[in-house]
Amino acid sequence: MHVRDNAPENADRFPVENRVGRPVISGRFDAVTRRFLAALALLGTLAGCAEQDEGPPLLRWYVFDEQSGAFAGAARRCTEAARGRYRIEMAALPSDADQQREQLVRRLAAADPDIDLIGMDVIWTGEFAEAGWVLPWPDKAAERARAGRLASAIDSATHAGRLWAAPFTTNTQLLWYRGDRMTASPKTWDEMFALAERLGERGAIQAQGERYEGLTVFFVSLLASAGGSVLAPDGLSVSLEEAPTRRALEVMRRLAHSPAADPALSNAREDQTRLAFETGKPSFMLNYTYVWPSAHANVPELARQMRWARWPAVIAGRPSRVTLGGVNLAVGAHSRHPDLAFEAATCLAAEPNQRQAATLGGLPPTIAALYDDAEVRATFPFADLLRETLRDAVQRPQTPLNADVSLAISHTLHPMRDIDPVADVARLRKAVGRALRSEGLL
Amino acid sequence: MLVVTAYPMLYALWLSLFRYDLRFPGERRFVGLENYLSVLSSETWWQALSNTLLITVASVSLELLLGFVFALVMQRALIGRRLVRTAVLVPYGIITVVAAMSWRFAFDPTTGFVNALLGLEGAWLAQSGSAFFVIIQTEVWKTTPFMALLLLAGLTLVPEDLLRAARVDGANAWQRFFRVTLPQMRPVIGVALLFRTLDAFRIFDTVFVQTRGAQGTETVSMVGYNALITRLNLGLGSAVSVLIFLCVLAIAALYLKGFGSDMSRREES
Repeated sequence: MHVRDNAPENADRFPVENRVGRPVISGRFDAVTRRFLAALALLGTLAGCAEQDEGPPLLRWYVFDEQSGAFAGAARRCTEAARGRYRIEMAALPSDADQQREQLVRRLAAADPDIDLIGMDVIWTGEFAEAGWVLPWPDKAAERARAGRLASAIDSATHAGRLWAAPFTTNTQLLWYRGDRMTASPKTWDEMFALAERLGERGAIQAQGERYEGLTVFFVSLLASAGGSVLAPDGLSVSLEEAPTRRALEVMRRLAHSPAADPALSNAREDQTRLAFETGKPSFMLNYTYVWPSAHANVPELARQMRWARWPAVIAGRPSRVTLGGVNLAVGAHSRHPDLAFEAATCLAAEPNQRQAATLGGLPPTIAALYDDAEVRATFPFADLLRETLRDAVQRPQTPLNADVSLAISHTLHPMRDIDPVADVARLRKAVGRALRSEGLL
Repeated sequence: MLVVTAYPMLYALWLSLFRYDLRFPGERRFVGLENYLSVLSSETWWQALSNTLLITVASVSLELLLGFVFALVMQRALIGRRLVRTAVLVPYGIITVVAAMSWRFAFDPTTGFVNALLGLEGAWLAQSGSAFFVIIQTEVWKTTPFMALLLLAGLTLVPEDLLRAARVDGANAWQRFFRVTLPQMRPVIGVALLFRTLDAFRIFDTVFVQTRGAQGTETVSMVGYNALITRLNLGLGSAVSVLIFLCVLAIAALYLKGFGSDMSRREES
């Protein structure tokens, strides 16, 4: 710090040029010194930008670069509400969740004190908690952070019986379909296959089949809907019960081989499916709620025909269980101001900011009561269905090794057309088991 | 050298003998060769190794071929010799990540010119075969100048007298090239191939930018990156790094065996 403050002064003190303007020998030396000092000063400024000399303590909030400005607004409002006790500044992470995690864990593993607040994806909870990168919430603050929140969202921020983050935004998939092509939505996958194949359009069903987190999400939703789970309740051993796993794999294989599947299924992510649906050809799409505002902005004609329903059931009469997504707010373990950070996180996750994130950013809130809020319901006309789906939502494998388990699943099951429902149950079990023991490469 | 090379290498070797995951710092323990067994028994490693070898062999042999053409052009060019040499060297001056990005956009079905030019409609990077093609052609485009430059240096070493004598003896252009020029250039070709092979084997940035290892294009360096950077598994990642190092050593040893006598003979003379 002091280098930066002294640099200009020092530089001025040394005579750099003589009167004719030609550098003298000592002047030349000083010119080098000055440049060196200037470089040091620049370094000082760069290194010091996280820490400020005066004013309230600065809390840095590492979160994905939210485009609507809802998060930036939340940071501003909480800074104002703190009345000079702290300031929150956003540090934008990439939009890709894998890259967000990569950047964060590299810094967290190096005990970076610059990370005060973390916009933590629901699947990182166990990993970050177990590694000691985030702080558990103190009882009182935890109580406030849990109050009125959806149970599944609280569960996503809980590990080993403690709360590690304040539930902030959540998300889940719904079934979107064309109201002008059918009178009622399909209740089960079998019904949807029959309906889609009767409509006869190639690519009538849009789902995510690329080898990435989205494929794991798809599998976990199918498995849970069939009554199975990836891990045993203790999170330490593989479950993958024979019958439900086989049933889930059968649906995946059936989809990949159906004439209603998209030829590019094995490369489809959320956005490819959204864009395909917006062309007007497909009749069904499994996707997150952001497709609703997107369709209204891009293809208002089509949006008028767009209907929503619960994700189809795998077993008739047994409601589907869909994978939960979302972002919770955690406090970095090496933060210089942990107490202020807990306070700030509580403020950020409070109702006004969740409402804003919903209405402006299209991110479903974790506060259950907000689903009855008029403003939120105007943004999400499907609020009731969303809340109901979230109530029955399933978590992705809750283990510190989630990243490894997820890779094991998506690598084993890609491409979906090559799935062999009988043999792959064993392959999947083996791969997930290896991942749980940190064995082998993925 | 001790500090910057030997220490990190020995440390990696040491780490590779531990189960050491930054996510579970408390569970660090000595496991001997378990990490190596784990790597060598996984399909991922062998798949990545064969991908890497495919990319290496295909790109290096194409580079050698094209490099020779460019070197001959640069040597024979009568007019604008400097311009030709500069033009040929431009791709080598471009940063690999930038080159990889440019080609990714060029082959992209919506933003690229390749499909429009060829009247095609495929997503090149969405399928294994065509993804390999894009990666290899990016590598070739980028590093052929390096090969050409080294070969040009070799061409100037071939004595004019020898070529003239061959011409007098009635050898045609092909015969002069294959019987006189090539044997004379053996040591230079050896060095050029060795440099490029070692470089190509460690390929990371082009694949990372263009496919991120999807469609079965993962290379050994990416496997190491995934273990070390994504999964923070220092033990397993170090084992991969050590294995890559051993592969590089093996490649170097093979070349030295094949071209070794030439290389050293040139030094003696």
